[in-house]
Amino acid sequence: MREIALHVLDLVQNSLRAGARLIKVEIVEDTHLDSLVITIKDDGCGMERALLEKVLDPFTTTRTTRKVGLGLPLLKMAAERAAGELSIDSKPGEGTVVTARFQHSHIDRMPLGDMAGSMLTAIISNPAVDVVYRHRVDQRAWEVDTRTIKAEVGEEALTLPVVIQWLKSYLEQGVSYLYGGVVENEIS
Amino acid sequence: MKMKSLDELKKLREKAQETIRLREQEEGTKIVVGMGTCGIAAGAREVMLALVDELQKKNLKDVVVTQTGCAGLCEKEPLVDVIRPGEPKITYGYMTAEKARSMVTSHIVNGQVIGEYVIAREDSGD
Repeated sequence: MREIALHVLDLVQNSLRAGARLIKVEIVEDTHLDSLVITIKDDGCGMERALLEKVLDPFTTTRTTRKVGLGLPLLKMAAERAAGELSIDSKPGEGTVVTARFQHSHIDRMPLGDMAGSMLTAIISNPAVDVVYRHRVDQRAWEVDTRTIKAEVGEEALTLPVVIQWLKSYLEQGVSYLYGGVVENEIS
Repeated sequence: MKMKSLDELKKLREKAQETIRLREQEEGTKIVVGMGTCGIAAGAREVMLALVDELQKKNLKDVVVTQTGCAGLCEKEPLVDVIRPGEPKITYGYMTAEKARSMVTSHIVNGQVIGEYVIAREDSGD
């Protein structure tokens, strides 16, 4: 994985496999504290303590198609390489929260990458699941909630090219605003 | 910014509902992208984004792109399945954004499977 955004997409896949109905993705970049924190919180099936304890072992996986599970171990490695850490909190029947912290300015910190692309991919390929994406860069914050979108056009519309195109621009515009980009419309 | 963009979305509502009604009338094509850790690391996101972009450009409204987890063929990722009504499921391997775009033109639009990219064919049994 070459981008933190790809790890985020990978974590969203874990939440989906856990049967989540609502997945909250939060990215907080604080240059004053020199930290970048990603949090993925789901309401999926959660994990028993026994699985939780060994989930960071690459030879642990719940799938049956192969014997290794590299998603979480790879992210843990990426965080630790940038003077950060990974933590997981999970309760059976309630859900799981994965948090990865990176030193923002660390030379070995992976670039955040294409968050708009990762969120678009996560949202359109699982229209039945709700996704909240919150992202803050110092003073600027932005968020998108698929429940708001579905309230406007319905769930099935998330598979339509015209709506996907809108969502793509919406996400790109939102992320560009966070990094000081000028948006076409005035910020209201 | 948020309100204005959501207003644009509201304008799409009728168009969207019309397309959904059309889709209900006939069974369309389904494209499935492998999105396990293996698929993502190999470039599945770019493949997925290229597919939806190409479908939009070609105005192919009756094609749905969805995803699946790891199919156990990690070394051949990114994997893309094409399921067309009444035809065997075709699995393409080692996909890239460019290959995905030409697949849409050749397979989805013209019905020509790109044999060179195919790694599996499977009859639906009906």
